[in-house]
Amino acid sequence: MPDPILQLQDVRTHFPVEHGFLFKRHLGTVKAVDGVTLSVLPGEVLGLVGESGCGKSTLARTIMQLLPATGGSVILEGRNLTRGSAAEIQAVRRDLQMVFQDPFASLNPRMTVYATLAEPLLVHRVCPPAAVRARVAELMETVGLAPRYMRKYPHEFSGGQRQRIAIARALALNPKFIIADEPVSALDVSIQAQILNLLASLVRRMHLSMVFIAHDLSVVKHISDRVAVMYLGKIVELGPAADVIERPRHPYTRALVSAIPVPDPDIERRRQRIVLAGDPPSPLNPPAGCAFHPRCLFAQEKCKAAVPPLVPAGPGREAACVRLDEI
Amino acid sequence: MPLLAVNNLRTSFHTRSGVYRAVDGVSFSVERGETLGIVGESGSGKSVTCYSLMGLVPQPPGRIEGGTAVFDGIDLLHCPPAQCRDLRGKRIAMIFQDPMTSLNPYLRVSEQLIEPLLIHEKISRRDALARGLAMLEAVGINDAPKRLHQYPHEFSGGMRQRVMIAMALITRPELLIADEPTTALDVTVQAQILELIGKFQREFGMAVIFITHDLGVVSGLCDRVLVMYAGRIVESTTTRALFHEPRHPYTRALQRSIPSLQPKGAELYTIPGMPPDLSKPHPGCAFAPRCEFAAEQCHGTDPRLVDLAPGHATACLRVQAGELTA
Repeated sequence: MPDPILQLQDVRTHFPVEHGFLFKRHLGTVKAVDGVTLSVLPGEVLGLVGESGCGKSTLARTIMQLLPATGGSVILEGRNLTRGSAAEIQAVRRDLQMVFQDPFASLNPRMTVYATLAEPLLVHRVCPPAAVRARVAELMETVGLAPRYMRKYPHEFSGGQRQRIAIARALALNPKFIIADEPVSALDVSIQAQILNLLASLVRRMHLSMVFIAHDLSVVKHISDRVAVMYLGKIVELGPAADVIERPRHPYTRALVSAIPVPDPDIERRRQRIVLAGDPPSPLNPPAGCAFHPRCLFAQEKCKAAVPPLVPAGPGREAACVRLDEI
Repeated sequence: MPLLAVNNLRTSFHTRSGVYRAVDGVSFSVERGETLGIVGESGSGKSVTCYSLMGLVPQPPGRIEGGTAVFDGIDLLHCPPAQCRDLRGKRIAMIFQDPMTSLNPYLRVSEQLIEPLLIHEKISRRDALARGLAMLEAVGINDAPKRLHQYPHEFSGGMRQRVMIAMALITRPELLIADEPTTALDVTVQAQILELIGKFQREFGMAVIFITHDLGVVSGLCDRVLVMYAGRIVESTTTRALFHEPRHPYTRALQRSIPSLQPKGAELYTIPGMPPDLSKPHPGCAFAPRCEFAAEQCHGTDPRLVDLAPGHATACLRVQAGELTA
């Protein structure tokens, strides 16, 4: 097995909650990401799913070093980013890029496509100034935009085209690793298909590794090799994408899969649906033991006792549930 | 007689950059107790259709150019405003996509919840509050007596959507228009909300118009479905037929671009090009420039929505001529 390109070891991102200005009172800690251990192989796409507030975007930002980790380490190709100096992290940024959810917010409305795509090239001095124009044109072609639109502004493009510009910007420095944070959630079905096809072909062609975040399991299943399911800052299930989504083991994954409506009326009306009660609990005050037990159909006394660790659950699979073999 | 019959509705927006024909000749009907799904992408006119019925299209720039919408004998588009107000919020209610922007952040939930009762029924405040409380409990809000007097920001997204549903249903409407009520919610919460709408529909026997872009949601909830493209209905059929024998090339293309219906990792079908600019009149079928089956006549002749089988209508010249089979 090849060495992983990205390793996360017990990553924690906690936010203090304080009240008052001068005399701060400490009210608690939001454990947005609480002990995540993961690895991503070269050329692999890891899907990350979970409800809003489960910490998937915080994890992405922690990997990117946009948020400081409060514990654990993020290791990209042997370089520990959590202990890196600002200069080291700046250098790492070449290899590690991000695509955000909302292409209306993530592009500067006052910069043309050319300016947006040329900026990383100039900042990192990856090509001589004379060659920037050609490189920008090449990038635009890579993502399926005609280079003649180089001088246009973001508002002149549709949502799908803007997301292509954002992807081109992420590719500008020839990164090895891309984090895509819900890149298709804001797009219509037909445009979503175009962007998914583009990302899948880029991963193949440029041998990229990717963390793909989404709340739509069918999208994640389609594009990912492996998938990690998060609940309240922790990974509760991990394994090959098709296996996890077709044969989920953890009760939370089961409920999540069951909640997706099936686009076939015959199947949809016959099947038994698990409808979870309530909302995810507050990360400020998580339940004791397994964080999912208040909503879990299979919860018992022992679930409240301790936080269940991830244990092997089949070939290449792990799940964090003490009743795994009983249910 | 259907509960609601919409005939040749046309709504456009007059802006500085031209006239946008957002809804261009839409006709459909809803029976009592029926669930009608309207699917389409952004800009297909599905929301504007329903906003027109409720009188929610801002005028100007919007203008309802023509058509009728007869609800139980009353034409919603041409009745006097007072009569319209009597219907709205009482016999026809609407819930919206984003419960954060559609609840008033300055008012307690109790005030907003009982407002339709105070307006439409001769009822004391005390009785109205009692009904509001019962309704909050019915939509599954725990600790309702305390929650009733809280502000919207104290509720989560799913809870706010429940409050909206409670507010819409408190007058026991005969028709509920739901404009993408679950788009902003997580799948687990979406499942709860869909269950809730289904439950009330069975109890009250109300009709529902459900606007969505998610074909999965349609499959579980709707009896019949309209597919809209560029301000027109391109296909109108039963839910079962929509999934098993879609006829219009646009409906078929939409289904081929959904990941869950395709083998894993396979290249997804993408519809080439972009939706048309609605400010420019387009001769012929609006989908023709993106359609893989477009023939010469498609660019010249306007396709009409024609019944192919009882209850299954398609606006495609080539399907109507029998040139395209599934």
